[in-house]
Amino acid sequence: MPDIIRNGVTIDDNFAEAFPMSGTGILITAPNAKWARQAALTMTGFATSVIGCGCEAGIDREVPPEETPDGRPGVRALLFAMSSKDAEKQLVNRLGQCVLTCPGSAVYSTVDGEFEIKVGDAVRQFGDKWQMSKVVDDRRYWRVPVMDGEFFCEGKVGLTKKSVGGGNLLIMGADWDKTMRATEAAVSAIDGVADAIAPFPGGIVRSGSKVGSKYKGMSASTNDAYCPTLRGVTKSELDADIGCVLEIVIDGLTDKAVSEAMRAGLHAIIEMGPEQGAKRVGAGNYGGKLGPFHYHLKELLP
Amino acid sequence: MKPFTFTLRQEPPQRVDLSALTPDRLAGKSVAQIEAIEIGVTRISTKVGDLFKVSEGELKTVRFEGGSSRFDLLGAKLLPGFEIHVEGDVGAQCGRLAKGGRITVDGNAGPHAASGNLGAELEIKGDVGDFLAGPLAGELAGMAGGRVIVRGKAGARAGDRLRRGILVIEGDAGEDLGARVIAGTILVVGEAKGRVGYLNKRGSIVLARGGCFGSTYVDCGAHELTFARLFARSLRDHSAPAADLLSRRLRRYGGDTAVYGKGEILTAD
Repeated sequence: MPDIIRNGVTIDDNFAEAFPMSGTGILITAPNAKWARQAALTMTGFATSVIGCGCEAGIDREVPPEETPDGRPGVRALLFAMSSKDAEKQLVNRLGQCVLTCPGSAVYSTVDGEFEIKVGDAVRQFGDKWQMSKVVDDRRYWRVPVMDGEFFCEGKVGLTKKSVGGGNLLIMGADWDKTMRATEAAVSAIDGVADAIAPFPGGIVRSGSKVGSKYKGMSASTNDAYCPTLRGVTKSELDADIGCVLEIVIDGLTDKAVSEAMRAGLHAIIEMGPEQGAKRVGAGNYGGKLGPFHYHLKELLP
Repeated sequence: MKPFTFTLRQEPPQRVDLSALTPDRLAGKSVAQIEAIEIGVTRISTKVGDLFKVSEGELKTVRFEGGSSRFDLLGAKLLPGFEIHVEGDVGAQCGRLAKGGRITVDGNAGPHAASGNLGAELEIKGDVGDFLAGPLAGELAGMAGGRVIVRGKAGARAGDRLRRGILVIEGDAGEDLGARVIAGTILVVGEAKGRVGYLNKRGSIVLARGGCFGSTYVDCGAHELTFARLFARSLRDHSAPAADLLSRRLRRYGGDTAVYGKGEILTAD
C-alpha cells in the first residue's frame, strides 16, 4: 500500500470499518458541575464495549447552565448498543442505579431520535405513588421524592437507530510516552466533536482485538499483528521503529459525527508530529465486508 | 397578509354565541355566507352581518376589532395552529373546549373562561370572571391541557377541578382558588383570598404569599425544587412575574389530606 506522509507522520492507506448501532443519551444536570459529572461518569462506567458490558457509553460534553433546561450545570452522556432493546435496558438500568442515586441529579432527553425510551415511566415507580407528573411545553416530567429533595426526570428520551459504532484510529509511536501524548491530544480533539464519544478508559484502548482466537469459544483475542513485543514472531504490521500502539474507538449518533471525530483526532496527531508524538496512524477493519460504514484515513486528511 | 377581521358595528342587542367564528369553521365560506350566520341565542334573530363588518383575510388568524361582555363561546373548540385576537372584552366560556391554538383578549373575560380547555394558549390582559378553566355544571373535570395567562384578577373558584395544564393569574384570585383540583399547576402572583386548594388531589398551587391553609394542609418545609426552575424558564416569555415567583425558594404544604393528599401548595418562602 502506498503510504501518505503528513508533517512527518505516516498515514496508512487504510480504513476504519464501523457498524450501525442504536444510540440514545441523557442530559444530566446537578446543582454544580462536579455532581453532574459524577452522575455521568458513574452511568457511563463499565461501558467500554458491547461485547462484555452490554453497551458503550461515554460523556459527549459538559453543557453550560445557560443551555440546560433547568439552568444548572449539565453533562451530556451518550449510550450505544447493538439493538434498541439493549439500549433501552441498559439506559433504564443505569439511570435507576447510577443517576437516580446520585445527589442532586435531574435527567432530560437530549437525543432527537425516531424512537423513544420511557425512562421516567420506569424510574417514577421508585416514588411509591408519591411521584408527581408535570407536563411542561408538551413534555412530561416526573418528580420523584428522594432523600435530598426531588429527583426530576423526563418521561421519555429519544433513541435513534442511525447511530454508528466502531470508528477507530490506531496510533503508533516509538514508545509509550510519545504514543500516549499523541493519543491524548487526539482524544481531547474528539471530545470537542458533538454527538461522538470514545467509550474506552480515557477514550483509549490498549488491548485492540482481532476476530477469533486459538481457544474455542473466544470470539476475540489480542491483535497480535499490532503487538510490538510479537514483532518478530508473528505476521506483524509493525516496523522496527514502532514500540507502542494505542487505539481510539469512536461511537457517534450519526455517520457524520464519527467521521468528524476521526478527522479531528487525526488532525491533532498530525499537528503534533513524530518527534513529540506518533510516527504512524492506521485504522482497523475486517476486510470491509462486515460493516457498512467505511472511513478512509486519506479522505480525512488535512 | 392581514388577518380575517370582524369589526364591531354596535353593542350586541342580546348575548351572542360566537363559536361558529373560528378559523376552521369559517373556511370555505364567502363573506355573504358568513354574514348570514345566526349568532343570536334568543328567538330574536341576530346575524353576524348585523353586528360586524367582515373583512376577508388570511384565515390563520381571526381578529375582532371591538369586543363585548356579550361575546359568549368565543374560540370554542379552536384547533391547533389557529389564532384569535380580540380587541376588547369577551363574555362567558371564552376558549371553551379549545383543542389548541392561541386566543388573546385585550380586555376582560366573563365566567368560565378556558372552561375544559384541552390545549390552547389563552392570554387575557384584563380580569376574568368566576370559574376560570373550570367545568360546567355536571362535568367531572375542568381544564385538561394548555396554558392560560390572566394579567388581571380572577373571580371565585379559579382552576376548579383542573386536571392538566398551567393557569397563571398575575393579579389576585377570588375565593376557593383551586378547589377540587385533580392535577396540573396554578400560579397566583397576587393574593389568593379565602380558602385555597379545597379537596386538592395531586395539583400544584403556587402562591406568592403564604397563609393558613387549614388543618388538612401540612407544612413540608422550604426547598429548592428543580421542577420549579424548569417551569420558570418555560414561563419566562409568557409571564415574567410568574417566572420570578417560581425562581424563589418555595415552602411546600402537602395536601389536601382530607382527600388523596398528594397535591401541594407552594408559597414563596
